[in-house]
Amino acid sequence: MAGAKEIRSKIASVKNTQKITSAMQLVAASKMRKAQDRMAASKPYAEKIREVVRHLANSNPEYRHAYMVNRDVKRVGVVVISTDRGLCGGLNINLFKQVINLSKEWKAQGAELEMALIGSKAVSFFKSVGGKVVATRTGLGDYPSVEDLIGSVKVMLNAFDEGRIDRLYIVYNEFVNTMTQKPVARQLLPLEASDDPAYKHRWDYIYEPEAKEILDFLLVRFIESQVYQGVVENNACEQAARMVAMKSATDNAGNLIKELQLIYNKARQAAITQEISEIVGGAAAV
Amino acid sequence: MAMTVHCDIVSAEKAIFSGLVELVVAHGKLGDLGVAPGHAPLLTQLNPGPVRVIRQGGQEEVYYVSGGMLEVQPSLVTVLADTALRADDMDEAAAQQAAEDARRHLNNQSAEINYSSAAVQLAEAMAQLRTIQALRKKMGK
Repeated sequence: MAGAKEIRSKIASVKNTQKITSAMQLVAASKMRKAQDRMAASKPYAEKIREVVRHLANSNPEYRHAYMVNRDVKRVGVVVISTDRGLCGGLNINLFKQVINLSKEWKAQGAELEMALIGSKAVSFFKSVGGKVVATRTGLGDYPSVEDLIGSVKVMLNAFDEGRIDRLYIVYNEFVNTMTQKPVARQLLPLEASDDPAYKHRWDYIYEPEAKEILDFLLVRFIESQVYQGVVENNACEQAARMVAMKSATDNAGNLIKELQLIYNKARQAAITQEISEIVGGAAAV
Repeated sequence: MAMTVHCDIVSAEKAIFSGLVELVVAHGKLGDLGVAPGHAPLLTQLNPGPVRVIRQGGQEEVYYVSGGMLEVQPSLVTVLADTALRADDMDEAAAQQAAEDARRHLNNQSAEINYSSAAVQLAEAMAQLRTIQALRKKMGK
């Protein structure tokens, strides 16, 4: 009965792996639901703040904040939001491809990239690929908070204020649905002015203190909330991608077990047949 | 019945309060202020402190905000609350920390040990598996 024992131990090890992957799938599914809730919870703030910023920009046309002025682009800042952990299919790789495409596009126009990386996968990827990294933040976990992001965002905003970068992008995965996550690159700075007539109000606010100060205050928070949204959305994507990846891993393990079982049964049957024929042969000889 | 106005209190991480209110009292940068229905449009920064809202019917609720923004529109009052305690020097420190992390990660050329992270993930998955099994056992009984 050659090999039967090996096959049996192989089946056992595949079964163990399957248990792990199916557990990870279940965990990812429940985490995804929570991440989606967080995604929805952070939307109202971002929308509100955008409304106020638009209103301010439209009712104070004489004051143009530096964040609203288009400059010649010499350097481009990118905030890359990746996951901290792997085993989530091609999620991160697709995202990094997006970054590299962006970098190529700008290189063609003579602009270099500066990156702020969020998530350890991005850090290790760009360490091996190369590229100018000015800030990193890793280990955000499943419950990221705005506080954790202030630092990296501030580095980019400072660079923008000082004129080291002339444009700021954010690259993250957009949550389309459980099966689909789309890497997107959005422009954060300068803010695209909108000529939406809905914001041409007849009334204006009373400002306490100056409108200028309030705009400064608001814009920083606006950018932060956009980055936070990206992080939360990317987190939902991570869990969804992991769920799908682990589901297919579990299915594959199931197929593998079936095949191995078949081979094992055949081997066993062959051994029995051989034994019988030996006995019969022996009996005939007597 | 007292006049009311719709009030939302939102932070970057979640919506905190939403409903009809008779009065909102907040700690503005230039002093405390109370906003009743029909208040003129106003935009002001908030200092850290409590935001008091009197709901329709007179029930009072207090929320703490660590700074933020109060916006009054003709038919809507919005508090954009900060979630984090903010100060310029603290922000600056966080920024330096992020830049420092970047340098450290890039200078650390020793091959990133994916093995250890894989081992941690495996251990975690196993722990979760055990938990699920324990739960199942409990449910079965």
